[in-house]
Formats: sequence, structure tokens, C-alpha cells
Amino acid sequence: MTGIVSVQNLRKTYPGGLHALKGINLEIEEGEILALLGPNGAGKTTLISTICGISKITEGKITVGGMDIVTEYRKARSMIGLVPQEITLEPFETVINSVRFSRGLFGKPKNEAYLDQVLESLSLLDKKDARVITLSGGMKRRVLIAKALSHEPRVLFLDEPTAGVDVELRKDMWNTVRKLKQQGVTIILTTHYIEEAEAIADRIGVINGGEILLVEDKNALMARMGKKKIRIDLMEAANKIPNKLKSYDLDLAKDGKALTYTYDTKSERTGITGLLNDLQAAGMQMRDVQTQQSSLEDIFVGLVQESST
Amino acid sequence: MNFQGVRAIYTFEMARFFRTLLQSFLSPVISTSLYFVVFGTALASRIETVDGIEYAAFIVPGLIMLTVMTQSIANASFGIYFPKFIGTVYELFSAPVNFLEIVVGYVGAAATKSLIIGLIILATAFLFVDLDIQHPMAMLCFLVLTCLSFSLLGFIIGIWAGNFEQLNLVPLLVVTPLVFLGGSFYSISMLPQIWQTVSLFNPVVYLISGFRWAFFGQADVSIGLSLGAIGLFTLGCMTFIWWIFKTGWRIRS
Repeated sequence: MTGIVSVQNLRKTYPGGLHALKGINLEIEEGEILALLGPNGAGKTTLISTICGISKITEGKITVGGMDIVTEYRKARSMIGLVPQEITLEPFETVINSVRFSRGLFGKPKNEAYLDQVLESLSLLDKKDARVITLSGGMKRRVLIAKALSHEPRVLFLDEPTAGVDVELRKDMWNTVRKLKQQGVTIILTTHYIEEAEAIADRIGVINGGEILLVEDKNALMARMGKKKIRIDLMEAANKIPNKLKSYDLDLAKDGKALTYTYDTKSERTGITGLLNDLQAAGMQMRDVQTQQSSLEDIFVGLVQESST
Repeated sequence: MNFQGVRAIYTFEMARFFRTLLQSFLSPVISTSLYFVVFGTALASRIETVDGIEYAAFIVPGLIMLTVMTQSIANASFGIYFPKFIGTVYELFSAPVNFLEIVVGYVGAAATKSLIIGLIILATAFLFVDLDIQHPMAMLCFLVLTCLSFSLLGFIIGIWAGNFEQLNLVPLLVVTPLVFLGGSFYSISMLPQIWQTVSLFNPVVYLISGFRWAFFGQADVSIGLSLGAIGLFTLGCMTFIWWIFKTGWRIRS
């Protein structure tokens, strides 16, 4: 079954010859939050712009809710809301008029009650009649979201919603996104903050150099790719790793007081029991043991480095 | 057809106009009044009549045309250039509206604004001179057509312009000279023969002449020729816009 957004063999070449997207295939499922993770210039914004109709398709096919975005662009686009990366708003207009404009532009009849509800959910209702120019950066970003939601879209694209936003506002934004998901909106967001993808996404797509490196359930991804580390604090400092332990993937801390063992959680034998026995046999006494799960960041950096070499 | 979309653009643009009401209305009214005072009063003592028409009255159609043409271009070019400049244009391109609807919304609003301004100037003119409009319906038609065609031209300029300098360049270097030399303040029959011939290559001459005919029943060129000229001009602008639509020139990568 095809997803609510389906991208097939999408290529995008700019007139200058730049291959921004090199054969993207992506199925987005209804109701999920998909985070597209990638470094700057990976093609995240180009992908979103192309799905939303701002940028022309060079080759390939995109459907939204089963509607082809080129031949049935009216039906397809009316299902999409887009929050752009840059804050682009008519500065002298009021919040409510900007939102009304967006609703009308997407062909929807007036519905003040709904718009009030959208503003309310974004904590903007008291700023309804304020001019955009008088708002703070965080509020302006929420106005952009209100505009994108004004026509009751089924799919919402958020292009780097928290770029240059402070920690407090970022958490607010995440809560907003979670709330929207509860309302049944499918959300695709791009980010280069791994923390963000880890915090709110159901699935994560990693994109680099115009190619999708993988799309996977977040938890599965972390379990699959995740390496764990055991840090063993020693009673007495060692000056080198004993010969008996050479076969293990061990690092000795600079002060010699701790050993770090890296192992793969998905392998059949983690080697932990053997290591602990051998440690004892080598006469090393343990003060403390702790395990660490590698973060999405490590996975991401690994993937991107792999793809660029 | 996305009527809601067209209406949204139109309303939003008209709101910009009413937001800057003072600037929108007052500046053309003041500058026109100054023209009346300077030309109508100072020159009228030298030139009493042109083709049997009192000079102060003679310049009314030209003045209205001058303002309507420059305002149409300014409004329409700014209307589409500003969203490009501040980036809000993304919304137009991601919305379920086609290019024709965008044009209707923006050009319609710009033409409405300049029509309102034109009518205000006409009303102002009545304060200065006695006017008896011979063909009121024809006058209105000419006014509306001019507002529309010059707003179309303005829209093209706004799409083309890459910065504010370019936005002002075409009106400054091409349109203003053509309008001033198009017989706003004089009848081209007052010019030496050679300049009369040159003037006939200026499309604005036909518009002002036709408009003047609607007022006084007489003009430099025949009314049919005037109608033909404005029709051709409108058609030209529309063709160009259609071409922009087909090729995505300057709007879509």
C-alpha cells in the first residue's frame, strides 16, 4: 500500500547542473512523524519544496493522498501545509489576516471558529490582531505554523522548525508537534539536530548528498545500529592493558583508572561474561561498572561519513 | 477555478492599500492638485485654449491618465515583487492556485486601486475647472482598460525585477517619459511636424487621445485607432504573461 505521501525515483537537477536529489524513494505513512535528518545541503529543503510544488520535478513521481502533485495539483496541494525554514511573513499585516489569507488561498471558505482554535492551540489567540512585525521570533514561527494549518491539511511539512530557536522554545515546538500528531496530522520535519529527531520522531530518514541513506523506525534503528559501551572503573590504576585482555575491544583511560569495552548488542555473544572473568583472572579489581547506549548522533555521524567516503 | 484563492489575494492586496490609505490616496491627489495649480493656472494665462478647449480643462484627461498609468505600474509591480522580496511567495507556489488566478488576484487589485485613484482625481478636477464629459461611458471604459493593461505591465515588471532598483528602472526610464511625451499636457498638433510623426510611435499618445475624446468629443487621433492601440497593448501584455506561465520564467526553478 502506498503511503499518504509517496515519492518514487525522484530526481531534481537545477539549471546549473547541480544534482540536488538523486533518485529518492520514500513512503510516508498516515499519522506518523517522520524526521528527515541530514547535514546542510543534503537536499532536505529541495525534497520538501518539490513535494509542495515550489520546485519542479526533473524526473520521477510524487503523490499525496493518492493524487499526483503535477496532474492533480489542486487536490494534492490542498492536503499539504508547509512551514518554511525562513521566517517569511508580511510584516505589516495582522496575525489573523495573514492566516485568513492562507486559508482562502488554499480554496477553503471562511471559518473563523476553526482559525481561532488553531491560534489558541499555538498560544497566539491573544496576538490575533497584533501586527506580525511586533511579534517575537518564536511567535512569528508559530504564525507560520498557523498559516500552514489554516486550511486543515492532512500532511504538514516543517522545514527546520527549530533552527536558531532557544532550548525553551524548541521544547515548546516539540510539544506543538506532538499535539498535532494526536489530532491526526501526518508530520514530516527536517532537522539537523539529532536530539530533535530522537525526541519526537516515529521514524527517521537519513539523507545526504541527495540520497536517502535509510528510513527506519527510530527505536529499531537505534537498537539495530546501537553499540553499547561498558565502562569499568578500576580499584587500582593500570599502566597498560594486560596481555590476557588484548583480544577484547578495550580502551584504557589516560589515568589508567577505567577501561571502556565496546560491544554490539545485536551480536550473539556480547563477550561481557568472558571479559569480566578474564579481568578477575588478570587480577584487576572493579570499583564500578556502567553501560552506555550510543546515541543517534553517533549512528548518524557514522552513516554520513560512510556515505561521503 | 479557485475563487476563494483569487478572493484571498485580492482582499489581501486591497488591505495593503487601505492600510496605507494616506499614502495611497493623498499623494496622487496632492501631486495632481499641484499640476493643476502650476499648469492650469500659470500656463493657462499663456495658452488660453487648445483646439477650442480651455487649457485647464484640456489637461484633465492627460493628468488622470498620467497618474493612473504610473500608479497601475507601481501598485502591480510592487504587489508581486514584495512577496518575492520578503519570501512569502512560497505560499503562492505551494497553494492550489494556478498562474492565471494569481494574475487575476494581483492585477485585479492593482487595477482597482488605480481606478479609485483615477476617479478621485477626476473628482478633484471638478474643484478646479468646469467639466462637461461628452461620453461618460466611453470615458469609464477607457479608464478601466488603461488601469488593467498598465497593471498587467506592472505585474510583468514585478516578476522580472530582481531588486528594488530594477523595479523602479522601467517606470523611470521608459514609462514616465512616454507618458509625459504622450500629450498629457499638450496636443501633439502643437508640435513641429517631425515631432508629430515621432509621437505617433508612442503608444501612450493613443491612450491619452482616446481618453480625451471621451471627454471633449475631439482628439489627436481617431477613437478607433485609440481603441485598437489599447487593445493591442493589453493583448501584448497578456501574451507575455501567458509565456511567463508556460516557461516559469523568473518564478519557478
